[in-house]
Amino acid sequence: MKEQLEAIRQGALESIAASQETTGLEALRVKYLGKKGELTAVLKQMGGLSAELRPVIGQLANDVRASLEQAIEAQSAVLSRKALEAKLAAEAVDVTIPGKKPPLGHKHPMYSVLDEMKEIFLNMGFEIMDGPEIEQADYNFTKLNAPENHPSRDWTDTFYLKEDSSVLLRSQTSPMQIRAMEGYGVPIRMISAGRVYRKDEVDATHSPMFHQIEGLVVDKGITMADLKGTLNAVIREIYGPETVTRFRPHHFPFTEPSCEVDIQCYKCGGQGCPTCKGEGWIEILGAGMVHPKVLRNCGIDPEEYSGFAFGMGLERLALGRYKISDMRLIFENDVRFLEQF
Amino acid sequence: MKLSRKWLQEFVDLGPVSDRDFAEAMTISGSKVEVTEDLGAEIKNVVVGRIEKMERHPDSDHMWVCQIDVGQEEPVQIVTGAWNIHEGDLVPVAKDNSWLPGGKHITRGNLRGVKSKGMLCSLKELNLDERDFPYAAITAAALLNDYKPLDPEKPSIPAGIQPGHKIYGPVVAAEVLECTPLGGGSYHTCLMLKDATACPDIRCDNVHVGDMVAYNTKTDTLCTLEDLHAEQKEFPHCIPDGIFVLREEGIKPGDDIRPVIGADDHVVEFEITPNRPDCLSVIGLAREVSATFDKPCRFHQPEVKGGAQGALPELLDVETPDPDLCPRYTARMVRNVKIAPSPKWMRERLRSSGVRPINNIVDITNYVMLEYGQPMHAFDYRYVKGGKIVVRRARAGEELTTLDGNVRKLTPDMLVIADDTRAVGLAGVMGGLNSEIVGDTVDVVFESANFEGSCIRKTALALGMRTEASAKFEKGLDILNTLPAVNRACELVELLEAGEVVDGVIDILNYVPQPRTILMDPARVNALLGTGIDPVDMYQYLERVGIRTETGDFPNAPARVVVPSWRADVEGIADLAEEVARFHGYNNIPNTLSAGLNERRGWNPVQQAENTAGTLCRGLGYSEIITYSFISPAYYDKINLPADSPLRNSMKILNPLGEDTSIMRTTTLPSMLEILARNFHYRNKAVRLYELGRTYFAKGDGSGMADEPKVLSLGAYGGGIDFFGMKGAVEAVLEGLRIAGFRFEAETGNPSYHPGRCARIYRGKTLLGILGQVHPAVAENYGADCELYAAELDFNALFTGMGGAPVYQPLPRFPAVTRDIALVCDKDLPVGKLEECIFRGAKGLLKAVSLFDVYTGKGVPEGKKSVAFSLELRADDRSLTSQEADEDVKGILELLSKELNSVLR
Repeated sequence: MKEQLEAIRQGALESIAASQETTGLEALRVKYLGKKGELTAVLKQMGGLSAELRPVIGQLANDVRASLEQAIEAQSAVLSRKALEAKLAAEAVDVTIPGKKPPLGHKHPMYSVLDEMKEIFLNMGFEIMDGPEIEQADYNFTKLNAPENHPSRDWTDTFYLKEDSSVLLRSQTSPMQIRAMEGYGVPIRMISAGRVYRKDEVDATHSPMFHQIEGLVVDKGITMADLKGTLNAVIREIYGPETVTRFRPHHFPFTEPSCEVDIQCYKCGGQGCPTCKGEGWIEILGAGMVHPKVLRNCGIDPEEYSGFAFGMGLERLALGRYKISDMRLIFENDVRFLEQF
Repeated sequence: MKLSRKWLQEFVDLGPVSDRDFAEAMTISGSKVEVTEDLGAEIKNVVVGRIEKMERHPDSDHMWVCQIDVGQEEPVQIVTGAWNIHEGDLVPVAKDNSWLPGGKHITRGNLRGVKSKGMLCSLKELNLDERDFPYAAITAAALLNDYKPLDPEKPSIPAGIQPGHKIYGPVVAAEVLECTPLGGGSYHTCLMLKDATACPDIRCDNVHVGDMVAYNTKTDTLCTLEDLHAEQKEFPHCIPDGIFVLREEGIKPGDDIRPVIGADDHVVEFEITPNRPDCLSVIGLAREVSATFDKPCRFHQPEVKGGAQGALPELLDVETPDPDLCPRYTARMVRNVKIAPSPKWMRERLRSSGVRPINNIVDITNYVMLEYGQPMHAFDYRYVKGGKIVVRRARAGEELTTLDGNVRKLTPDMLVIADDTRAVGLAGVMGGLNSEIVGDTVDVVFESANFEGSCIRKTALALGMRTEASAKFEKGLDILNTLPAVNRACELVELLEAGEVVDGVIDILNYVPQPRTILMDPARVNALLGTGIDPVDMYQYLERVGIRTETGDFPNAPARVVVPSWRADVEGIADLAEEVARFHGYNNIPNTLSAGLNERRGWNPVQQAENTAGTLCRGLGYSEIITYSFISPAYYDKINLPADSPLRNSMKILNPLGEDTSIMRTTTLPSMLEILARNFHYRNKAVRLYELGRTYFAKGDGSGMADEPKVLSLGAYGGGIDFFGMKGAVEAVLEGLRIAGFRFEAETGNPSYHPGRCARIYRGKTLLGILGQVHPAVAENYGADCELYAAELDFNALFTGMGGAPVYQPLPRFPAVTRDIALVCDKDLPVGKLEECIFRGAKGLLKAVSLFDVYTGKGVPEGKKSVAFSLELRADDRSLTSQEADEDVKGILELLSKELNSVLR
């Protein structure tokens, strides 16, 4: 009987180890450990054993049962792990197949640059104002101290909507200076961006409609040093902290003193190259201290208040930022262009 | 404005300052330098050479082999095809490895077997012409040895013609035995006729020993092609062109050619702002240079000897009946004028300044205009009828032929210079052809006047003839400048020996300018600039530009300062601050940030909504576009807008660039369609676009201003887009903007959209916009052969309809019960009506309805459709029983049946 049990153990363990499927394993469990299994059959013969042998064989039988159960459990774990592995292997995908991408729209590069500018000024405590594009000559020119015979008033330069030249498409965002001062009084710290119009034929660097951003600060004690500090801070945010700037005198009817601001050419570092037309500098904006006449035109006493204003073209900024070679691309709106930004 | 640095040197001695440093310093002080041109930059290794020896090329019928002394030990050999040179001539020699204007590189070569180590240069090759060096004009004799008959069968001159043979009349053939340059372009010759000789002095430049010439025995001259009535191709090498034979004094072989031809100058081009017309002159810029470099400026007082016959008051009478348009009129007269080329130094300066030399008198007026910034005009006295000049308004219908040959129709807003009977010039713009200075002009009137700027500007603009003079006048010139300028012109006449100046000046001063003084307050200047500049320094900066205190000192306190007449732009303390800042240096002003914060700051609610709308569109795959605000009126036809549509009442641009950009849009649809179509034509497959752009409607309140409402427009084609794709995008945008309670209604009457695939969007009674498939006929108008979809949303209405901040709703704690129902109803019944009816029929338990199927076909009667919804019912306070749910559904079905004749399938 002892031999029988050992034979069962050996045979069963071999079969279990060889089993490759869960169903086969279950059949083995029934075969050996089931109610009608081989081990049970052996145990049923226990009654014919001597009292001395019975506990010994009983012990052995339990031992065999335990080892078979353990082996079945172990093999079962092996098999289910294998099954999982097989399943995962079958489920493998080609990760180089393109993903299912939800369509994503793109912001126009011009407005990306504009929004960047807006954020910079908002963070400095400015507000953003919006105003009319169809504007009175009074606001676009007269209140900005542009002389009656200023060339920019010519019908060859500005678009007019009234025969008496009193209504026009604004040729600059500067009328927003007047609207801001008239509408809100002082103190004021604002920027205003938007479309402006000039009678330029379309080419690689011109468009009859383009965009400007205007800024105005008026308060007690505002100085040209404030103008420089503010603009230098903004320029360094846009063009990087190492940017070298140059302020040089210029003329605008609505500021005095006036200046234009250049940055040292980022391409040649000031040596002179085609990008900067050999000058070593690239002009980026115009600015100045608000002309006392303009303050007075808006009912603000220039003896008490002073301010600075600035304006810059956005197209050139966007073109430079993204190395866009031709302004026509901006207004062409080819999706192959838009999707690059 | 172009400035010759050599000319500048006459006024300010800068010492050695490089072009780069000069440009930098001037730009920083406010006179922006655009570009500096080195006139001789392109010329390298070109020198003066003397022709030592000339021999005919052994293997050519027209070339010469020359030995040239170029200042080296050995002469160089150069082969040339030019015939106007002679032994002893000084000529420009481009040596081996030299450069000429236009990037032309000259190297040694071989011409028909003869070595040539360079090239002799013509005027043109040095970028010059005869106006620069009038003496270099070449006269060519007709050389019979160069004769090529037009018809070889019938030569006009027999081949092998011998000396003495008659050609026609007094003209006979002659062989040149001797030809010696006498200088000044004339040559002594000795000619052999048949059995006689003749020794005429000639002015033809192409004659050499051995040539056969046509000699006119009657006039003792050589015949030119013209004299023989010959065509150029009959004498291919007898051309009025050749080498530039130099006649400059004091030059020798080996000298650099650049100073000889005036190419050693550097010309600086400035951008002059409109407030500084004084800088449109050499003197004006010299003042700025002097101030910038803090170097003295040497001014010159013109001195006129005068003494010509006659008394000015008797010769000339001037009237100015319109004093407001002519504040000052100054004139002088020159008699016995000898019209000739002006001297080299003057021609060079004119050329450097971008002005072509013409003749001494015209050159003098241009020279003075450049030097003083005062436009001058010279006219022929004999055409001033009655010796009287009237500066008056043109008469209605009056005409004048200007110097450029155009007939100008004048109006009474224009000012003319007239004599007793007719206009002889357009004041401040251009002279008249009828009084032009010509070769036989004897007496000249120099006009140096001050005209009112805006009158000149309007005249120039109206006639489309902006000239150098009008561009200056329109900016407003210094009224005190007319007298020194006219005196300078007369001084130059005497210097050039171009005529005799009549004593006296006619000077009508209709407006007497007073010296202007303004208050200078150093403390205010420092307050404005944010600086701490010493007041004494400030007054010194001002003095550099001629702004001085009345006592000429540099006080430490406010003081009145006198502004010079040429600085009309300096009016107040801000202008003085700029002058101080310019010479203190803008870049020496500190950088500070102003104190103070704004009450209003950050994005305002409208801007936030705009940002959100953009973000939503991009999240949905739509890319942003920018389109023009102006469109063509034809665009309204393209979108099928009815002829009587109020949207056609666009505001019109009166001076548009073209029809295509002539009206302000009242709808963004054509702009969007234009861009969709463009992408379609570029074969872009799936396109999704949006724009937040303005439309423009006249306010109609007399202000001329517009309402400029913004429209959020979407456009799409391809990539599986259909009506519901566009509708879904619009729904997502509206929901993203927290707009609640919007609905869609079929729109069948919008001519731009497909009548069966278009919806209006409402929130309550407010129309939010429209969306749908673009009408196929409209798509065809744009050449798009596919379904285009668009939506136009009134941004203002969207903004107004936006919900406030969200309020938290407790999450459901009890499970929901779902009931699916399939309804059979009339085929035309909109699903929206069913949905709306379902909500009304429910008794408060219905939380959501979602459509999951619409079916027609087998099993559904003709004219009917089956619509299936999934209903979600839930109570907030308990688990719902089936009975409760069924009860609710029953109510819904009853109402559906009653109102919409729609029953369970």
